[in-house]
Amino acid sequence: MKRAWPHLWLLLGVLIFATPIYITLIGSTHDASTIGRGDVPLLPGSHAVENYTAAWVSGGSGRFAVSPASRMLLNSTIMALCIAVGKIAISLLSAYAVVFFRFPGRMIAFWTIFMTLMLPVEVRIIPTYQVIVSMDLFNSMAGLTIPLIASATATLLFRQFFLTIPDEYVEAAKMDGAGPMRFFRDILLPLSVTNIAALFVILFIYGWNQYLWPLLVVNDRSLETIVVGMAKMIGTGDAQNEWNVIMAMAVLSLLPPVAVVLLMQRWFLKGLTETEK
Amino acid sequence: MRKTVFKGTALPLLLLAPQLVITAIFFLWPAGAAIWQSLLQEDPWGMSSQFVGIRNFTEVLAEPEWRGAAYNTLIFSTAVAVLAMGTALFLAVQADKSIRGANIYRTLLIWPYAVAPAVAAVLWLFLFHPSIGLVGRALNEAGIAWDYKLNGNQAMLLIIVAAAWKQVSYNFIFFLAGLQSIPRAVLEAAAIDGAKPVRRFWTIILPLLSPTAFFLLVVNLVYAFFDTFGVIHALTGGGPGKATETLIYKVYVEGVQNVNLGSSSAQSVILMILVIALTAVQFRFIERKVHY
Repeated sequence: MKRAWPHLWLLLGVLIFATPIYITLIGSTHDASTIGRGDVPLLPGSHAVENYTAAWVSGGSGRFAVSPASRMLLNSTIMALCIAVGKIAISLLSAYAVVFFRFPGRMIAFWTIFMTLMLPVEVRIIPTYQVIVSMDLFNSMAGLTIPLIASATATLLFRQFFLTIPDEYVEAAKMDGAGPMRFFRDILLPLSVTNIAALFVILFIYGWNQYLWPLLVVNDRSLETIVVGMAKMIGTGDAQNEWNVIMAMAVLSLLPPVAVVLLMQRWFLKGLTETEK
Repeated sequence: MRKTVFKGTALPLLLLAPQLVITAIFFLWPAGAAIWQSLLQEDPWGMSSQFVGIRNFTEVLAEPEWRGAAYNTLIFSTAVAVLAMGTALFLAVQADKSIRGANIYRTLLIWPYAVAPAVAAVLWLFLFHPSIGLVGRALNEAGIAWDYKLNGNQAMLLIIVAAAWKQVSYNFIFFLAGLQSIPRAVLEAAAIDGAKPVRRFWTIILPLLSPTAFFLLVVNLVYAFFDTFGVIHALTGGGPGKATETLIYKVYVEGVQNVNLGSSSAQSVILMILVIALTAVQFRFIERKVHY
């Protein structure tokens, strides 16, 4: 019995963790009136297909209707991919430049990038928004993604990794007459694959879960992302909301990032622990 | 430091250009603008502005609303950090006891990390809504008047739970890794000397875990300060009244809804100083960790 206690506590923990998601999953299979009455169901109902169809094609009706989930999922996917790929690409290049070259201004460049760590978007909301408006990037995918792709964390991670690559690799490349870009493409990139994968998982989730920034720079319905869209559907939280469709939308909004974490768990754990070094 | 490097100046600058251009346009320029605007006051029609020095700062710091938001932030972030770290530590200690099960439990506990703060808030809303939520209804039927839309303390409680729920996964991963790196021999030696499990935890495990715990404390505070905007915006909108308005939420309200640029910028600058302080603390700690 003594050995069983840790398992009991852990199972209780797992259960508490899963409760909100279980209730949401179950709720998304019932009709609006069952949920609206407050008879909280604990077993699946028979309205799953129509709820998910409603979320997918129309995004709900009434005051707090948003874009269809199909549209918002596409927007979120594009946004998350642009942010993740963009961050990785520009960070690889700048870490490469800082580690494998000696040139005037190198330290200034490094510290400039490092400083961005201390300026999260939340503390410079209004001025960044003003820059976006003055550059005519308001309501555009470019405005949504480009300001978020500068990354001190990713640059520091790649820099750390590049510093561990033995000098002999560079010497060998030089001996064979390979130029710097050839070295980057044929030697450095293949060596970085695991780091790139680990970082990709973390950054994809970071991009997918953006909230404040899309809220500010996009008011065009066709560019709405699913995290912001689903929160909008709550409105003032009235009991008369189409809770069944909202719950279906909530499931759709968390499925992609959760799937990425669970399917790429190994890289996720690596990415999480490495980026915090 | 590398000994062998490539020659050239133009190429590395070209490689750095994308990152530096984005940093300059979207980070340094806005941060500078925030500092500049925080020293100006616009007239009510936004036609002209004049230099007022640190008046915006003294006004903000004296404002009862700002102090209220600072107090809310303190309560909120302390509660989130304590709840998320306490739960995670407890579960990690349990998971560490079963050598074979640890990885399975980790899989079952890490997924909330991937859920967006705003979505986490909505999931908890489905449980705590006064009329459609399982727990909310049960509370009302048990005679406890529960409505997070009317009661400020209940609203605060709800955003704390939603925000902490999401952060437990992260803390759990780091605590478990920390626990697994404690040498078994040390614990066995203590056990042979007659130290009971509770004593072993307080005198051996916790001190050895303190670097991890300290690091997590900073991460959790940063999370509670900045990343929980979505939780508050989706769930309470800072209300009822201003009961759940945190500092970051107030910057948003002041700048976006009230368009009071001077005050909003001054508040942004105060937050920037806070982040810089937290980052400095974190990096001092990391430097220390290198010596271990």
